[in-house]
Amino acid sequence: MTKILDSLNSSSPLVDVRDLRFGYGANDVLHGVTLSVPRGKVVAIMGGSGCGKTTLMRLIGGQLRPRSGKLTVCGESVPELDRNGLYALRRRMSMLFQFGALFTDISVFDNVAFPMREHTGLPEVIIRDLVLMKLHAVGLRGAAQLMPSELSGGMARRVALARAIALDPELMMYDEPFAGLDPISLGVIGQLIRRLNDALGASSIVVTHDVQESLQIVDYIYFLSEGKVVAEGTPDEIRASKDPWVHQFVWGEADGPVPFQVPADTYEHALLGACGA
Amino acid sequence: MRRTTIDIWVGVFVVIGFLALLFLALRVGNLGSSKLQSPYLLEARFDNIGGLKARAAIKSAGVVVGRIESITLDSKNYQALVSMRMDDRYRFPKDTFATINTSGLLGEQYIGLEPGGDPENLEPGDVIKKTQSAVVLEKLISQFMFNAAEKGTSGDK
Amino acid sequence: MLDRILSFFQAVGAGTISAVWRLGFAARFFGMVLILSGSSFRRINLTLREVYFSGVLSLVIILVSGLFVGMVLGLQGYDTLARYGSEEALGVLVSLSLVRELGPVVAGLLFASRAGSAITAEIGLMKATEQLDAMDMMAVNPIARVVAPRFWGGVISMPLLAALFSAMGVLGGYLVGVVMIGTDSGSFWGQMQASVDFQRDILNGVIKSVVFGVAVSWVAVFEGYDSDATAEGVSRATTRTVVTSSLAILGLDFILTSLMFRG
Repeated sequence: MTKILDSLNSSSPLVDVRDLRFGYGANDVLHGVTLSVPRGKVVAIMGGSGCGKTTLMRLIGGQLRPRSGKLTVCGESVPELDRNGLYALRRRMSMLFQFGALFTDISVFDNVAFPMREHTGLPEVIIRDLVLMKLHAVGLRGAAQLMPSELSGGMARRVALARAIALDPELMMYDEPFAGLDPISLGVIGQLIRRLNDALGASSIVVTHDVQESLQIVDYIYFLSEGKVVAEGTPDEIRASKDPWVHQFVWGEADGPVPFQVPADTYEHALLGACGA
Repeated sequence: MRRTTIDIWVGVFVVIGFLALLFLALRVGNLGSSKLQSPYLLEARFDNIGGLKARAAIKSAGVVVGRIESITLDSKNYQALVSMRMDDRYRFPKDTFATINTSGLLGEQYIGLEPGGDPENLEPGDVIKKTQSAVVLEKLISQFMFNAAEKGTSGDK
Repeated sequence: MLDRILSFFQAVGAGTISAVWRLGFAARFFGMVLILSGSSFRRINLTLREVYFSGVLSLVIILVSGLFVGMVLGLQGYDTLARYGSEEALGVLVSLSLVRELGPVVAGLLFASRAGSAITAEIGLMKATEQLDAMDMMAVNPIARVVAPRFWGGVISMPLLAALFSAMGVLGGYLVGVVMIGTDSGSFWGQMQASVDFQRDILNGVIKSVVFGVAVSWVAVFEGYDSDATAEGVSRATTRTVVTSSLAILGLDFILTSLMFRG
């Protein structure tokens, strides 16, 4: 009971991450990440490729287990949940995968209907109306009977978005929602993320490295580098930031605090040493 | 719409699959013809059973009337003890004569029953007294050769 | 020299350990599939759909191959039997070899390469395109929803396909032996029925095909679920499914035959 009250208490953040550590084998990915996602807000997690953004999201979704640290979602400690508890929690969140991850063997309509049919005992008539409403929200009601293979990349992602909001989640997570889209589709997805978040009263986490698009739609930004939060702030603070790391990332400079070269021994040694070996 | 076509095809598949099984059981196998009705057991002792095997047929006048249940060696008198599972429809007189025969020159061996004239029938669990062992080809040949040499004495015991 | 010997033993050891580890993982996966099979029977439509994909779509290849194998058996069997003057035993030869061995084994091999590889490729591709992860994030267990119905679809299809293969083979043998060559139809069927025993021959053949169905389906779903999430990984998993399940069929066939037909 206290848990429910706690999760309803709007002042506590929906997702709270404290000093989270994680690694695959001997290879550490996250070295103590701390961040929180307030209710009703859209939060972006940015960083270069391979900095642990997607790993962090999988930890929040409970697909991976952290080595140490605190991780609560809707007031529940995710690493301590068993399979049933995890599945119960996952019904309240949803995740948009990088390329949509639509089920390729069923139609767009059935894709959106999938979570409803699996989790609700609703009659088919109501499911039909709900699916059409969700598809209408992403502007693809006309594509209901198409198969996923007949969709463009942007359309597939919008269908996946419709499927992600099928059960009106409290937490939406987007894994690279802008990757590989043309500017128009990119703008459409960006606007949808913002509009759906506000319409559903949900909170959103957007993992991305697309700075310009996300600066326009999100409320707060965390920069992640080498498994740590290196900078954070509202979009205005980020734009005005004098931090060299943030500056390099936002303006897309090739060299800076993030070196162009992967750490290695000296160039001369590599070229000349090879002859001697 | 697509679901119904799948259902129909699966239905057709399962039905013809079971028809194939039925075909194998009834037309290819002997399930229909030789299913023994409430069988009863009989026993018989043989000096030598030759190549007789468990589950071989028991025939009378060429008709299959039972199957061999098991074959063991009686360690007291070193005879083969054959247990036979008989069809309940057929009863045989007490003095029935059991022989081990071969179907064709190289075929499988089976037990042939030749009914005698006793008014009383064999009861379940009874032992057939009169038996004839399998014909062992090598013995036959050697007997023939001895016969030729000695010019006398009947072969069969 | 010593280095080479050491590295040889090291390679053998590493290979053994990873093989045992994989086998254990496969066994645990098998257990999970069985535990999570409830929904594939509660929602029988899911399983029926997989019976369609692994059974119905394999029908043509099974029926045609069965017919041809039976016809070849008829020709070869007649040729051999005629030397001993026992052509009337053709029916026995054809039906016994089909029902006991060729039906389950050849149908199993065809099933592995037709349906088993398709199951592996489908599950592997669903994994590579994150469909399984997406399902897991929707709080739908992919093993219960995707893997178990495919496993049971295969287990249900395989014995039916083997029976169809044997039946078609007997018909093929009949076509060649009786219709084409002209041995006596009565002795073809009569001798067959006299010497093919339901329990000993046909039932054992069915048991074999059920065992092969479990083996092939298990290998297929495991390889698919365990595949690397890349195009190359999926293609390698598909190849492994065909190789592993074919070897499993032949090995199991030897074990089952020696258990069933000895003594």
